[in-house]
Amino acid sequence: MTTLDTQEPELRVTIPRKRTRSFPRLGKFATHAFMIVGLLVTIFPFAWVALMATHSRTEIYSSPPPFWIGDNLTENYIKLLEVMPFWTVLFNSLWVAVAGTVGAVLFCSMCAYGFFAYDFKGKNVIFGIMIASMMVPPVLGLIPFFLTVQFLGLLDTHLAIWLPGIANAFGIFLIRQYMMQSISRDLLDAAKVDGASEFRIFWSVVLPLIKPALATLAIVMFIGLWNNFLTPLIVLSSPDKYVLTLALRSVQSLANSPWGAIMLGTFLSMLPLLIAFLFFSRQMMAGLTAGAVKG
Amino acid sequence: MAITPHDPVGQSPHGPETASEKPRRVRGHAARRRWIKTLTPWLFISPFIIIFSVFTAFPLVFSGYLSFQEWNPVAGLSSMEFVGWDNYALALDDPWMWKSLYNTAWLAIVSGIPQHLIAIPVAYLLVTAVRSGVRQFYTATFFVPFITSTVAISLIFYTIYSGNSGILNQWLVAISKWPVFSSFLGWVEEAMPIRWLNSSDLIKPSIAFVVIWKYTGFNIVIYSAGFLTVSKDLYDAAKVDGCNAWQQFWNIALPMIRPFAFFAVTLTIIGNLQMFEEPFVLTSGNSGGVGQSGLTASYYLYLVGWEWLEMGAAAAISWVLFLFIAIVTAVHFYFNGKKGLGGDR
Repeated sequence: MTTLDTQEPELRVTIPRKRTRSFPRLGKFATHAFMIVGLLVTIFPFAWVALMATHSRTEIYSSPPPFWIGDNLTENYIKLLEVMPFWTVLFNSLWVAVAGTVGAVLFCSMCAYGFFAYDFKGKNVIFGIMIASMMVPPVLGLIPFFLTVQFLGLLDTHLAIWLPGIANAFGIFLIRQYMMQSISRDLLDAAKVDGASEFRIFWSVVLPLIKPALATLAIVMFIGLWNNFLTPLIVLSSPDKYVLTLALRSVQSLANSPWGAIMLGTFLSMLPLLIAFLFFSRQMMAGLTAGAVKG
Repeated sequence: MAITPHDPVGQSPHGPETASEKPRRVRGHAARRRWIKTLTPWLFISPFIIIFSVFTAFPLVFSGYLSFQEWNPVAGLSSMEFVGWDNYALALDDPWMWKSLYNTAWLAIVSGIPQHLIAIPVAYLLVTAVRSGVRQFYTATFFVPFITSTVAISLIFYTIYSGNSGILNQWLVAISKWPVFSSFLGWVEEAMPIRWLNSSDLIKPSIAFVVIWKYTGFNIVIYSAGFLTVSKDLYDAAKVDGCNAWQQFWNIALPMIRPFAFFAVTLTIIGNLQMFEEPFVLTSGNSGGVGQSGLTASYYLYLVGWEWLEMGAAAAISWVLFLFIAIVTAVHFYFNGKKGLGGDR
């Protein structure tokens, strides 16, 4: 059991175990039937994209539709590499996501520590501005953001995608809240008495204690950056710098688009997160709904 | 600092006088420590200040300034020209602007409300009537669409919706031939091919379905967490008082999850009003689809800024959009906020 769990321990105990009595047998059957229909609706597009990845364009749109595994997988793969430098693009996505995640974990925790451990003039003002900035819809700054990026000479670089997120308000707030809960002032004072430098207190005393919050932030950042589409769309222009979302979208409107190949690319682009979710579903769900439950 | 070998005091950070007298040196040292003490917190929060100023604060201010200018960024900074409220007047005059705001509101409502109407009962059933292990399995599966990129999902639905023998249309035809369904689905065969993404009437519902499909699972997880906080004693007490299953849900469980509902609805409103990727991909980035009926406000903003290169007008539009979002959110906070937050504060 990790500490990332969304429920407080004492609440978890109160999960009603035997509520079946108020739902008679028929009701229970109906409940499960209902859930299973929901599952099928949820899963179908994923199963469908996996199937389509093995079919040619003509087979995908044939009648009756193909509900079996096709034999066009290799051809689709070759076609996919023709329409986009798939592995370069995948690597780009990975680089953007990893760089942004590592940066965010490092710098958000640093800033959060600054807000948590010190009292200084202007702290409340800056913290207030930070909270307020979370309410501003990102669309509002989109155009000047683009111009800023252009002015800094960062157009068509990956830096422009991940750099703006490394000290984001959400991450700082999340980690500061966690510090408030889990780190006592006495501990910091004790470390100071022992003669540890300010940065060393942060690095060797505080960081190890807030690992769960760092994991939460890392999950949120990685998923957000991996799936990001709008920033790459306005920033990137050369196809070999594209990230997955942008590359897939750009081959959509090709004349005679090879849909089998596109579906293969789409499927492969979803695969890393799906596999991660298979193993870490609890942590990922807890992380992505962290704001809601703690809010 | 450049240190030359001929400069003996250069090694000392306090300058020549600190090395001369002992008391002074101590005072200098103390001053330096005080400086470090004031500076340390600022060093810790400096990443935020730098990134925030460059990528958020400056763009916001500049966007306000830009909205009163006419400017094509390709022509360089010097081509900027003050035009007063012209950009706003132009934006408010543009029928596409109003169409996009209408579409945004339509999509926000039609794709927003069902998410919660489905998620609340499903979460309640999962928490009260399903064993914990099985519940984990169900919620995790429902959550999968949320972690998948919107572009990938929209591409998949793009093929599913395809008018020319896409899987959805083929299913509709197949189902309409079944004995029971044929009586009221008889029209389906004649209506084929149904162009889900290429007709102005159907594109919005098609987009809305994708949004509902993607975000309902997220809401189920939030509401499940909410229902889990309702203690079993409350239900037991209600049962003793003679509440039936429906009353337990309506009078006990629902009021208890108000804070969760408030949060989930806020997220839906803010997210839906900025909807961009689903309509963009489902209309293959083609000016909002047939008759611009898939054009949302963010999409319109993108067209004006990046396709037509009217940065000033686009900045004005983003402020109009901001006002729109702010008003809707404020109304939501006003009517639901007190009750929503009343639960835990």
